[in-house]
Amino acid sequence: MPEDKSLLRIKFAAAAIIFVAVGGIAFATGPVDPTAVKNEDGKYLDKEGNPTYKISADGIVDWYTYSGFRRYHSDCHVCHGPDGMGSTYAPALKDSLKTMSYGDFLNVVASGRKNVSTASENVMPAFGDHPNVACYMDDLYIYLRARANDALGRGRPAKREEKPEAYIAAENACMGKH
Amino acid sequence: MRKVLLATCLGSVAAFAAGGASANDELIKMSQNPKDWVMPTGDYANTRYSKLNQINASNVGKLQVAWTFSTGVLRGHEGGPLVIGNMMYVHTPFPNKVYALDLSQDHKIVWKYEPKQDPNVIPVMCCDTVNRGLAYGDGKIFLHQADTTLVALDAKTGKVEWTATNGDPSKGETGTSVPYVIKDKVLVGISGGEFGVHCHVTAYDLKSGKQVWRAYSQGPDDQLKFDPEKTMSLGKPVGKDSSLKTWQGDQWKTGGGCTWGWMSYDPQLDLVYYGSGNPSTWNPKQRPGDNKWSMTVFARDPDDGMARWVYQMTPHDEWDFDGVNEMILSDQSINGQPRKLLTHFDRNGLAYTMDRTNGELLVAEKYDPKVNWTTGVDMNKSSPTFGRPKVVDQYSTDKQGEDVNVKGICPAALGTKDQQPAAYSPDTQLFYVPTNHVCMDYEPFRVSYTAGQPYVGATLSMYPPPGESHMGNFIAWDGKTGKIVWSNKEQFSVWSGALATAGGVVFYGTLEGYLKAVDAKSGKELYRFKTPSGIIGNVTTYEQDGKQYVAVLSGVGGWAGIGLAAGLTDPTAGLGAVGGYAALSNYTALGGTLTVFALPQ
Repeated sequence: MPEDKSLLRIKFAAAAIIFVAVGGIAFATGPVDPTAVKNEDGKYLDKEGNPTYKISADGIVDWYTYSGFRRYHSDCHVCHGPDGMGSTYAPALKDSLKTMSYGDFLNVVASGRKNVSTASENVMPAFGDHPNVACYMDDLYIYLRARANDALGRGRPAKREEKPEAYIAAENACMGKH
Repeated sequence: MRKVLLATCLGSVAAFAAGGASANDELIKMSQNPKDWVMPTGDYANTRYSKLNQINASNVGKLQVAWTFSTGVLRGHEGGPLVIGNMMYVHTPFPNKVYALDLSQDHKIVWKYEPKQDPNVIPVMCCDTVNRGLAYGDGKIFLHQADTTLVALDAKTGKVEWTATNGDPSKGETGTSVPYVIKDKVLVGISGGEFGVHCHVTAYDLKSGKQVWRAYSQGPDDQLKFDPEKTMSLGKPVGKDSSLKTWQGDQWKTGGGCTWGWMSYDPQLDLVYYGSGNPSTWNPKQRPGDNKWSMTVFARDPDDGMARWVYQMTPHDEWDFDGVNEMILSDQSINGQPRKLLTHFDRNGLAYTMDRTNGELLVAEKYDPKVNWTTGVDMNKSSPTFGRPKVVDQYSTDKQGEDVNVKGICPAALGTKDQQPAAYSPDTQLFYVPTNHVCMDYEPFRVSYTAGQPYVGATLSMYPPPGESHMGNFIAWDGKTGKIVWSNKEQFSVWSGALATAGGVVFYGTLEGYLKAVDAKSGKELYRFKTPSGIIGNVTTYEQDGKQYVAVLSGVGGWAGIGLAAGLTDPTAGLGAVGGYAALSNYTALGGTLTVFALPQ
């Protein structure tokens, strides 16, 4: 649908701006206890209302953690390395997420970041208008939060919850599928 | 030396005036002088073989470091320097510096070039900000910058003679590959297969930088520069719309087929050879059809770009097995018949030997016995699937479908070999091949295309073949029979280009940082030295004042620096993982250095 594409992009840009604003106001205090206290249609939330992971004693991960693993290893790992372990030129997100808030995370993914000096040139692109990333920000955050808290090891989660109905509807809307 | 250079130039001008010959005569002559290293692959045939023999199998063990040079850049250093007379030209990854060093005056920096480039190009480079090197021709040094600017520098002063814009980084188009001076043109490819770029090879006028022709890997016949009746594939004309028929709708416009590898050239046949990369996306379900002419060996006329013959190695790729690796041209006898051969070690784990005059397929065999996605290529000329690899359903990510994690595919997307070029010695008639020994799980899923954004669509994890702990091999290969002659295990993938010499020694680098020398006949290790960082560069040799030198860039990074720096995942963790899985970061750190070796006085 080429005629829809520009509209779609504007939608995502707008979504990203909202994320950033919300992040700046509500979640600037850094990481909090990742324990899930609430389940909203298959998405788990911590006591602050931020998205978080839920991994059962027998290793069943919530859908978002699993989906985040997949999306991370499509669009993020080429710079940030497998399993959030970092590479020769991009930071290990399993460490970054130890101190980075949800709001800051959304901000950087949506808007990008530049660290260019005489010694290094690190540039993170803006993914705010890229559906393959922008539609999955929470998935990525939840997966990396699990990695940062050592709740999830390296590699593919072996067992997972089913894809929630509400997730399917939201994903289709965000990716522009009918 | 300046006098010699001048004389050669004059000779070339005279020849041009007399009979329409051009800059490549100068280059052919220069590449036959073993004291120089005038093109990144040593010669037009891509042999990476040197006639120098002062360093040989009996004395290479005494090799010492003669001098070193820091590039001042931290990222992955692929490629290697050029040597012309008393001058050496060293390139770096982004920001793509070029240094001209005077070898006769304590390696003094004669000039330095550093372009101003928008750093936004950095994140649209798929796998680190590598650059594979420079070209020389007509008194100029050519560089293909990350931002796709092709620049011609005066070899004596570094002054910019002309620039040409080869692509648009805002669409994910980037420059990592080496330009090639062929006749009166400069040919250059383009990168961006993970961004849905519509890739091409473009020829620019050597004198002015003006674009002469551009040939795409996918699309209508005029964009491909195909003649439906005269362009051949496996002995038959390709016919009309040979590419369009193999794509759904206009998917070819974002279809990849990138051209970031090496090229070779046969001056007698007047044909240039190169390969095209993966079709975009990595999710095969999303792009039904053979996706021609991705994953293809091309033979083109350098004057107008028209394709003489093509051969698609991996129709409808399901594993990211780019076909860009080098084509090595050799003249050998098969079944007693002298043949003009082209040998290619593909990412897909098959080594192909073809007749380079017409694209006839002679040999296609696995060069790592672990390759399992195919049972081999159909070599029966009367079969409807002649020339196609037979795909094993279990490892077909298309057959298994979207959202299915297909396990245990060998090789991994890195390929049995990536861009690290092999060498060929006419003395032993063997190819010396740096290889990866890595398998993968691959799960494709649906993605949408946005210009300038990643267009990948698959999740991968990589690990050594089950039951093994080493992730690389350095092998000697007989291209006539398709057999491994000897194979040395390496703990990590060998991501360094090899060098073969008349001294009976073969050189290569390792990811831990060793420069190694092995016996060309037996593979026995004769020498090793640990350079300051992991080696993903290619080994070069030259002679200065009667002394032979061996040079290599170290500076870990590239694709190898992504997966391996973190250590590959181990699917059998808990079952007794061994040292081979250990992270590369335990062995080496970043930093670009040229290390140059020689025998003691």
